[in-house]
Formats: sequence, structure tokens, C-alpha cells
Amino acid sequence: MGDAPEGGLSGLSGFARHRRSKRIIANFTGFEADLLRSLASQLVELLRNEAAVPREDQDPFEAMMDFSGPTTEPEDPVLARLFPTAYPNDDEAASEFRRFTEGGLRDGKAAAAITIIDTLEEAGLPEQLTEDGLMIDVELDEPTAVTWMRSFTDLRLALATRLEIEDGDEAFWASLPDEDPRSQAHDIYEWVGYLQETIVGALSR
Amino acid sequence: MPGESRGTRVTMCHHGAVSAPSPVEVEPDTEKDLVPDEVTVLATPWVTIVWNDPVNLMSYVTYVFQTHFGYAKKKAEKLMMEVHEDGRSVVSTGSREEMERDVQAMHEYGLWATLQKAD
Repeated sequence: MGDAPEGGLSGLSGFARHRRSKRIIANFTGFEADLLRSLASQLVELLRNEAAVPREDQDPFEAMMDFSGPTTEPEDPVLARLFPTAYPNDDEAASEFRRFTEGGLRDGKAAAAITIIDTLEEAGLPEQLTEDGLMIDVELDEPTAVTWMRSFTDLRLALATRLEIEDGDEAFWASLPDEDPRSQAHDIYEWVGYLQETIVGALSR
Repeated sequence: MPGESRGTRVTMCHHGAVSAPSPVEVEPDTEKDLVPDEVTVLATPWVTIVWNDPVNLMSYVTYVFQTHFGYAKKKAEKLMMEVHEDGRSVVSTGSREEMERDVQAMHEYGLWATLQKAD
């Protein structure tokens, strides 16, 4: 499993539960909010992009009439990780499970990422970030906080798959020079991990 | 099978097949017709397995086990540590349908889960 990361991009404190209102609150700089929105948008695009392609060995008519869902593992490694094969030793059962679940799982994950985008924009994040010193304060009720928490997992899985994160590779990431783009991407991965750690903490309280 | 009547399936049970739709629909005298091995097949439970990955946080995995399965914090932490240290843990046991629902829920949470017959 991943290590609990420490500190944010800007040294802010992540999520906390507001004592009186019980809501889960966080303050982001405009830059951080814009970054989160961009990550969430990319995830939505990926979830909608690789079509639920019909199997090639299917009868053409059957393929046309088959709207039910994909039956084979997605080619994109991020999607393959988000929708793992449920029956590792039974291809037929695995296909059936995928047919009945993957569509709904994709929709749920896309909807969760869109919740992050909508919340940030409702909290004042403009379409184009121009203003310096903008702060975005978010206040989440508990179900919305759970949705954010779940979507943070999806974002982290996506980043980790692209970065090829492995158990025990901390020394490698620490050894990269700051100007290496992988190092910057890894910092963002760590930051989302920090946000998730604090939102889990706030929800468990 | 489409068009197959319930009566046909009950008759199959009398002949010792193990395809009864559910235990309640088996006639009362059927069970003693089954040889022990077939009873075992009917009773074999399925399990949901959660596998370790380098991404998911220990606190998050514990939270998911508590919330989805309703496990006490201690049990959720024990299962989480099994995943972390042994690479996998059986997190729930039940019918195949129940385990499919659990696996689907774990995938919703981004955990890597599979199901199989219990060993």
C-alpha cells in the first residue's frame, strides 16, 4: 500500500472537519484548485474516451445489437487498473461480470470526478485562472466528501499507473532532480495522496 | 434456459443434479438423495479477495472495510494489514451473487478485488 504522504504543495493543511457545522472543509489556492480540476477533467475524458468496443469475434449483427457493456479488459493500463478482472481464472465469468458492471462503474467514477469540478467552480474557480492570490474555500457535506475521497483514489491510481509507481520506490523518486518532469508529476501524486489522507481523517472523526 | 419450466428443474433434482435454483425450492425429501460430495458442491461458499497495490492508503483501505462491510475498526485494520503484509486477504465470504456485489463495490472504491470459490 501507499505511504501516508506529508504536507501539501503549498504547506496548507488539507481537509478538516469544521467543529460547529460538521462539514468537511479545505482551502485551496487558485493554482491548486485549477490543478485538481484539470486532473478530474482528464479522468472524465479518459473514462468516456476508450469506447466500450464490441468483441471482434462477435457476429456483426450481434455486435450491433449488443449495447450491454464491454467484455474484455480495457487496453489502456489506467482503465485496466480501474476496472480489474474479477475472475482471474475464468475468462467467461470475467467477461460476463465486466459486461454487467463496467458501464455503471465508469459512469460512477466520471460522475464523482465531475462532482469535484462542479464543487470547485461553485466555490468560485473561474473557467480561466487569471487572478493572482485567489483562494477557493470548499465546504463539503459528508456524502460529497465521500465522493471526493473516492475520486481521489481514481486520480491517484491513474497518476500512479502513468508514473509506474511501485512498492518501495521512494528512494528513486527522491533521487530525481527537481526539473525532471516525472519528479513534478510525482509531487502532484503525493499532494493528492495528502489530500486523501486528510479527507479520510476528517471523515473518520 | 429460456422456456424451461420450474417443474423440469425440480425433476432434475430428484435425479441428483446440483442445479437447484435455491435450497428452498428443493423438495423436502430431495436432500437425502444427494451423496455427500454433491451436498458439498452446493454448500461451497465464495470469497472476495482484496489484493495489495502500491497506491491505496492504509487509512483509506481500513475506512472502506469499515464502511462497506460494517466491520469494527479492529477487524478492518487486521484485514488491511493482511492485504499490506501478505499481499492479499479474504475480506468476505458468501454466495457467488453476494461476492459479485462486494467485488463491484470494491472496484467502486478503487480497490483491486477478485472473487473465487473458497479453498
